[in-house]
Amino acid sequence: MNVATRPEKLQAKDYASDQEVRWCPGCGDYAIVRAMQVTMAELQADPAKTVFISGIGCAARFPYYMATYGFHTIHGRAAAIATGTKIANPELDVWVISGDGDALSIGGNHLLHVLRRNVNLQYILFNNEIYGLTKGQYSPTSRTGTKSPSTPAGSVDNPVSPTLFALGCGARFVARGVDTNQKHLPEVFKRAQAHIGASFVEVFQNCIVYNDGVYDYFTEKDAVPDNQILCEHGKPLLYGKDKKKGLRVKPGAFEIESVTVGENGITEGDILVHDETSKMLATMLCSMQPPALPMAIGVIYCNPAPTYEDGLHAQIAEAKAAAPKPSLNALLRRGPTWTIE
Amino acid sequence: MEGSATVASKSAREEVEDVVVRFAGDSGDGVQITGGQFTLTTALAGNDLATFPDFPAEIRAPTGTTFGVSSFQIHFGSREIRTAGDQPDVLVAFNPAALTVHLKDLNKGALIIADSGAFTDRNLKKAGFTTNPLEDGSLDAYRLVSIDITKATLESVKPFGLSQKEAVRCKNMWALGLVYWLYDRDRKPTNDWLAGRFAKRPEIANSNIAAVNAGHSYGETTELSGEQSYSVLPAKIKAGLYRTVTGIEGLAYGLVQGAQSAELNMTFAGYPITPASSLLHTLSRLKAFDVVTFQAEDEIAACCVALGASYAGNLGVTASSGPGVALKMEAIGLALAVELPLIIVNVQRAGPSTGLPTKTEQSDLYQSVYGRNADSPLVVVAANSPSDCFYTAIEAVRLATKYMTPVILLADGYMANASEPWAIPDVDTLPKFPVAFRTDPDGFHPFLRDDKTLARVWAKPGTDGLEHRIGGIEKNYNSGDISYEADNHQKMTDVRKAKIDGIANDIPDQTVEIGKESGELVVVGWGSTFGPISRAVTRMRAAGKDVSHVHLRHIWPMPKNLGPLLKNYKKVLVPEMNTGQLITVLRDKFLVPAVGLNKVSGQPFKISEIEDGINGQLGQ
Repeated sequence: MNVATRPEKLQAKDYASDQEVRWCPGCGDYAIVRAMQVTMAELQADPAKTVFISGIGCAARFPYYMATYGFHTIHGRAAAIATGTKIANPELDVWVISGDGDALSIGGNHLLHVLRRNVNLQYILFNNEIYGLTKGQYSPTSRTGTKSPSTPAGSVDNPVSPTLFALGCGARFVARGVDTNQKHLPEVFKRAQAHIGASFVEVFQNCIVYNDGVYDYFTEKDAVPDNQILCEHGKPLLYGKDKKKGLRVKPGAFEIESVTVGENGITEGDILVHDETSKMLATMLCSMQPPALPMAIGVIYCNPAPTYEDGLHAQIAEAKAAAPKPSLNALLRRGPTWTIE
Repeated sequence: MEGSATVASKSAREEVEDVVVRFAGDSGDGVQITGGQFTLTTALAGNDLATFPDFPAEIRAPTGTTFGVSSFQIHFGSREIRTAGDQPDVLVAFNPAALTVHLKDLNKGALIIADSGAFTDRNLKKAGFTTNPLEDGSLDAYRLVSIDITKATLESVKPFGLSQKEAVRCKNMWALGLVYWLYDRDRKPTNDWLAGRFAKRPEIANSNIAAVNAGHSYGETTELSGEQSYSVLPAKIKAGLYRTVTGIEGLAYGLVQGAQSAELNMTFAGYPITPASSLLHTLSRLKAFDVVTFQAEDEIAACCVALGASYAGNLGVTASSGPGVALKMEAIGLALAVELPLIIVNVQRAGPSTGLPTKTEQSDLYQSVYGRNADSPLVVVAANSPSDCFYTAIEAVRLATKYMTPVILLADGYMANASEPWAIPDVDTLPKFPVAFRTDPDGFHPFLRDDKTLARVWAKPGTDGLEHRIGGIEKNYNSGDISYEADNHQKMTDVRKAKIDGIANDIPDQTVEIGKESGELVVVGWGSTFGPISRAVTRMRAAGKDVSHVHLRHIWPMPKNLGPLLKNYKKVLVPEMNTGQLITVLRDKFLVPAVGLNKVSGQPFKISEIEDGINGQLGQ
């Protein structure tokens, strides 16, 4: 922004940098950057204390378009760089922006550890199930059989589920959003920002050039009611056009099934109530796939725990309390010394 | 022990100028602790000294095997000591394998103290002996003292009720006590150390102390069956307060001092790797100095965490050894592209690949100077001894923060583990170089440069009004924004190079360590070859040879007078523990007809090897 004075109340546009956006026309990334700018305005985030850090890929250009601090780094390593930034200055609000290749292929290790350590930052994974910037190779989230320049006969390997991976890593906040859902996405971002600890958000993002329509089966207007379920803590897991469909634990089995309230004696009392502190439920929700079961959207898991940087700085504070004025001169003279005359 | 002394009686001590003692045994025999104690005691006695700990990569290699042998060599004297010594005067061998491995390094007439109790049939076989060398006369060329140290130790610790296993473990202290007698060392520092170390298990402390005393008494009463005992007078070295320092300690304290001089908090991120891990261990105990230490998930993350910390306004530091540094290179490239300070410590080891993790080499000069994609200049400095690690680390921090650049700080496994006496500096007298962060939004852009240093401004996140974006994509020279423009890339590449080249104006002129500024031959070294080169050149000059010693701290950029200086000599000899890396740079930059002297055995140069090299150049 480079201005000494700011308007009293910042608008979404105030969080947009002066840089020309260079994503393909129609890319889902436009919607996500817009949702983020709305989020920033709703939070009245301090641009000086907000940092976006990205790796490499289409998504990774994101920081250039935010009028905050931003660091476009190297492929896969944004989580590690962001960890360094956060532990050096815990007062910064740090957001990592990544894609499916960046986060789960080359950067899988760092994603694992940033979540496991519970560094207080937000990790937003734009999942478009393809490598866009390198012209369309299949990615670690691409479905088996994906035809791409590197897999003309179809990919043969199994995709990874970003949210199940995150839960397995020990993430304490896991959520999902859809790029085009501009009402909902800022709400997810705000919850992620409010969560103290590592927040993991998967955003289903359409790549209009190399993987267009890959999420139509649950994001197309007509498909949404029967193929998406919005998870809200404390509310019954209902979906469908008239909210008559719901999820329950299948009797006699450890799995979730879809039922209809009013049919076969099912009442609303039979429907699971979303408990975002339950990891078991979160795991089941993240495992659901249309058309058998709806795609879970919203805050699927939120169960805070102490953060890495708090523990780290508590140890430093303790060491400094024990030695309030540390002297290197004294340290160098500790232990055996002798004098040469 | 050169020279023949006139000995009046066996109980009078013969005065010697310098001695080399080597302890060798199984990696579980406590050889390194024994050496550490001998070092401390010898330092407190006022001798100058240098050490060479040498151990296998395996933590507890199978007992009795040759590849499991661990050794510790110490060279001490009443004169200045520059190396751990070429040949041991005394070898203490705790088992047959240790004797086999080290016998080849001994001169005829050297003293061998062997624990005959460990020369069992089984151990002899493991070491490849068909007959017992302590009995078959094969060691007649040496002065052999064969003692059942194991048995003597067991007897001396009997009153304390240790288990057999624990009791046998005291044998290193028994042997230490004996060598203390041999060289008239004070037992008190070691006995005090034992009492403190095993304060919670007094029976172990008392047993070890008893073993030290018993070994000492053995020497005193038997006079080692006629063996001479010696004294080594305090060295005539610069007056001052001294301590011992290892290279790792020197690096750790130097980095802390550097951060203090720059008025920055330090974030140190590392990943366990031999022999660099000790730096992480040492710094993790210095939290009170505003040092954050972080054990990363891998080498790449360690470098990235350090860079992320620098981005936030800390001094980011990472450390590793050769293969680990290779993994960090892409992130180092980012650091130099976004022009942030970053210190990368490389405690070099023998390679390629995993190589010999616990053995030393200086073969990462190419990796440091040339090892990134594209035109990626940065600063490379190299320490030359354990105490020099302290000062070189401070210099690395100064250059990184003043010029907004990554700096590779080269040490090696030898100097990292070795120790030497160090005249403790008063850190309050060391120069300060506080960092001035940019705070003024007026006319700001992130790649605004200082006219003189060409360093960009350092604006850290959290500063109002300076919000900006940086990244690995090429930046516009005039705005810092992304730029794909051809002329701009030329300009940015040129300015990155000019910035690093210009540092040559801000580093001391190259001096001549020993000798003259011109002449027949100059020996040019860098890193831990300092000791042997310095000693060899001193000796050769004393013998009337026209040879001088130049030792580089600044590997890149080089001091601006180095080229003209080297051209003042008819010949240039470059000893390196690699197949010839500095020599490539010297030839390339200065077109000097340098000749290499190269060694990659995982062992430091001997003085005699350098002397042979010098003689070869001088035609003798």
